Amino acid sequence: MQRRIVSLWFPRMASDRILRSRPIHAPFAVTSHEKNTERLYCLNKEAMQLGLTLGMGLSDAKALYPDLLTREVDPHEDERFLKLLARWAERYCPWVGLDGQNGLLLDMTGSTHFFESEDGLLTDIHERLQSSRLHVRSGLASTVGAAWALSHFSKGVAPSGQLKAALSPLPVAALRLDEATCAVLLRLGLRTIGDLLATPRATLGRRFGLPLMRRIDQAFGDQAEQVNAVAPDVSYAARLNLPEPIGLYDDVMAALERLLVRICEKLKTQEMGTRVLLMTCQRVDQASVQVELRLARPMREVASILPLFERSVRDVDAGFGIDQIRLEALAVESLPLKQLETGSVQPKKTDALSDLITRLGSRIGLERIKRFEPADSHIPERSFIVSPAAYCDAQREWKEQNLRPVRLFSPEPIEGSDKSPPDTFCWRRMRFSIAQATGPERICPEWWLDDPNWRSGMRDYWRVETRQGRRLWMFFTPQRPAWFVQGEFA
Amino acid sequence: MTEFQDVFPLQKNRVHEACGPGAIGFAAKACGQDDMTVLWLQAGWQSEQLNPVGLMSFMSPKNLTLVQAESHKDLLACTEDGLRSGAVKLVVCELSQDLDLTAGRRLQLAAEEGGSTGILVIPEGAGSNATQTRWHCSPIFGGDHKTDKNLTLQHWQLIKNKSGTLGGWKVFWDAEAHRVIVVSKDGE
Repeated sequence: MQRRIVSLWFPRMASDRILRSRPIHAPFAVTSHEKNTERLYCLNKEAMQLGLTLGMGLSDAKALYPDLLTREVDPHEDERFLKLLARWAERYCPWVGLDGQNGLLLDMTGSTHFFESEDGLLTDIHERLQSSRLHVRSGLASTVGAAWALSHFSKGVAPSGQLKAALSPLPVAALRLDEATCAVLLRLGLRTIGDLLATPRATLGRRFGLPLMRRIDQAFGDQAEQVNAVAPDVSYAARLNLPEPIGLYDDVMAALERLLVRICEKLKTQEMGTRVLLMTCQRVDQASVQVELRLARPMREVASILPLFERSVRDVDAGFGIDQIRLEALAVESLPLKQLETGSVQPKKTDALSDLITRLGSRIGLERIKRFEPADSHIPERSFIVSPAAYCDAQREWKEQNLRPVRLFSPEPIEGSDKSPPDTFCWRRMRFSIAQATGPERICPEWWLDDPNWRSGMRDYWRVETRQGRRLWMFFTPQRPAWFVQGEFA
Repeated sequence: MTEFQDVFPLQKNRVHEACGPGAIGFAAKACGQDDMTVLWLQAGWQSEQLNPVGLMSFMSPKNLTLVQAESHKDLLACTEDGLRSGAVKLVVCELSQDLDLTAGRRLQLAAEEGGSTGILVIPEGAGSNATQTRWHCSPIFGGDHKTDKNLTLQHWQLIKNKSGTLGGWKVFWDAEAHRVIVVSKDGE
């Protein structure tokens, strides 16, 4: 089937978007901060007629026309607006993609016959956008490149099979070339696409390389180019408006359950699980209370999520009552459906632990609940990593090592500067005499990591058994003779 | 007379207390007695940290979940949650402040409800009356003749017992058999 692509270009989108909400009939400009100065970014029709141009400095424009109304550009709002337009454009065809910051591409293949003619289709688009006070330029052709060229440098429809005739009179810039290439082409006297086609391909390829050839081929359909459709934003949110304000704990929980059912159903169909849930209670006095629940594992079962909310919901101050509750899953992760094994109908033990972590996390913060993971290092402080339990699942095996103390603390100096352990010493205001010392075990600092604690050089570790009973882990630093206690054995 | 096997392994569904210089070792050995999932709570500001590599001779660090609370109240609340949930077999909490009777009793009730065992590592003389047993643990020097490198001789004194008499034992940890071995009983 012959492909039909519509390219829509909104040259004045930024200003049109602002003027839609507060229409004025006066020169208006949207400015943006570029190259250290405010410049005109988008102009409305009246400002264009005054002779202002895009990229002009704002101070120059103001000097010429002191009455010029301006507004700062908001790229995020513009992007959102363009996505809205893309959604609107789905009334014509299901395959709509964004084109730069202010354009749309519609893959109309197979749906043009719903309209009287292709011209009628473009007229319809124009009329509808015109009534929404949006200025648009459009082009319809059998390739993306040609449709883009028509919308930006001409208008109307290029009937299938007459692509060459439609594009030939257009300037070379219509091929979506960069400025430098256009300038060189102009200097060579190749002003229009027709001139370019008349030139032998081989010479063009030698002079300009692949980019130009690719653009020509794309425009004439010799090289495929797809329209990338906008992925739909899936949001997991539900809202409940209440006819009468509520304030009792049980009522809020019941409302929450209804919302959870809706969200969890959607999560289940999409095979997703949520990690963060946000409940927003809108109160009668216009204030709002937010409750965030962070889960230790992705979940989508109403029965297990609801009890985790209990504690935070009890803390909610309902004021004079809550009349709207909104629940949103802020973070979702994929959670594929799993086949139940026989006899595993009861929840797994790890699930119970995750629920406990969630419950503790809602009280003290999920990042304060940790798990040990092994690390490859001989340095005692770095032979393990402490990471948040909710985000580490990989259970790496612990390798056997030399005997290490159960307690570690930062090195505490004791007297003595001899190479062998002192016979008696004082630690934490207690006197100890050594009965047995096992060692030394020499550990060198890791030179590839600069650790301030290990600046004193290598250490000779000793396991020391004292006559008083306590078994300590001490070390001697030969490069700067001194003794320290760093741990205690159980 | 109370025999050691009557009081250790610690009675389930109860909260126990341990104090003295060997209290951490006591908790670690209780964790290791049969490899269980453990929730270990400590205060976030504590400078003495738990070394998982050192714990390996008693239990697998994989089974341990560490909670670092920012206040005494949070610490107790999390301990209670942990005991009540029943998701872990053993909850160990390192306390640095006194425990009053109300808190101790609440923890006891939570342990009974959740079916898990609690060990509170307390400063000396800071326990609550609600505890099932209280132990004073101190490492002792075993004499020059000991050559076994893993020999961890300790003296465990039972200083409070709700259901029985008191006693004291010299014990050590057998890493091979993964259990506490009694060397001798006090007064024998």
